[in-house]
Amino acid sequence: MTFSDFLLLFSGMGLVTYLPRALPLLYLAQKKLPQWLIDWLSLIPVAILSALLAPSLFTDSASRSFSFGKTELLVAIPTLIFAIKTRSLGGTVLVGMLLFWLAEKII
Amino acid sequence: MAKIQDQTNATLRDGAAAAWPICLGYFPIGLSLGVLAQKAGIPWWAVAMMSLLVFAGSAQFICIAMLAAKASAPAIIMTTFVVNLRHLLMSSALAVHLSGLSQRFLTLFAYGVTDESFAVNMTRFRAGNWDRWRALVVNHLANFSWLVATVSGGFVGQFVPEGAFGINYALTGMFICLLVFQLQGRIYLITGLLAAGISIVWYLLIPGDSYIVGASITAATLGYLLKCRYRRHK
Repeated sequence: MTFSDFLLLFSGMGLVTYLPRALPLLYLAQKKLPQWLIDWLSLIPVAILSALLAPSLFTDSASRSFSFGKTELLVAIPTLIFAIKTRSLGGTVLVGMLLFWLAEKII
Repeated sequence: MAKIQDQTNATLRDGAAAAWPICLGYFPIGLSLGVLAQKAGIPWWAVAMMSLLVFAGSAQFICIAMLAAKASAPAIIMTTFVVNLRHLLMSSALAVHLSGLSQRFLTLFAYGVTDESFAVNMTRFRAGNWDRWRALVVNHLANFSWLVATVSGGFVGQFVPEGAFGINYALTGMFICLLVFQLQGRIYLITGLLAAGISIVWYLLIPGDSYIVGASITAATLGYLLKCRYRRHK
């Protein structure tokens, strides 16, 4: 592929990525939102985080099948407890990494 | 003048303090993207161009896999569109905290809305003591580290031992903690559990990435309906 092939492809990808990021902001930020929408949107972050995390902890991505007891899940339990107790983002990231590193060495 | 300088420094410092877990987590992912791109015969400058123009992790991985499989550009662009539709939801939720700002600022801000920056910024906005400039610093620091990581992957990626220091777990750890921050009441806990269950089932039954948007919308709607019902019974 030439420079202009890449430029064309990535510009297209960039455009279809940028529009869903920009349009709700440009449109909704100028409006007074109804209370039901604000209430609904306030539940979106917790829902998205859960939906991003849960399949990575409970399924095997290669075979796309249910998997209980993956290293990721076993490490997630102490990491979760650490996060609840300390409420420290940086600390949780480091503890999670450390535990995962150790777990991979042992298992 | 000195006061403005101090404020700018504080903004940059707070933004960096919030962004570092993202930057750390981007490194292993960015490096492996760079390695895959190099193996697929994509030159480093094209990787840099992609990270700047697209800036979306999963779509970039899919793009490289599709290029390696000789897929057509329209097919890659369509797939990118579908994979990144979830940002519609995130930008809508962020709009609540960015209301009334200039179109120019929002145009610049929108570029950096990712799963990670969204989660970090929403948590901070909700806790108070956060503003649009700090949020913008988070977005752009994350983008910068993504650019550096993906480009350097093509050069040094194969020399870095796989999974060193558990760094592959950085983003998972970050998401776990941000999830804990979001649990500010029973309805949030219920919504989170619903989203977890629905996303797993959806992921197993339906191919593709629709499980993220599908489970989020379903769980948030169910959570909202439960909340309304609970209010009425009270």
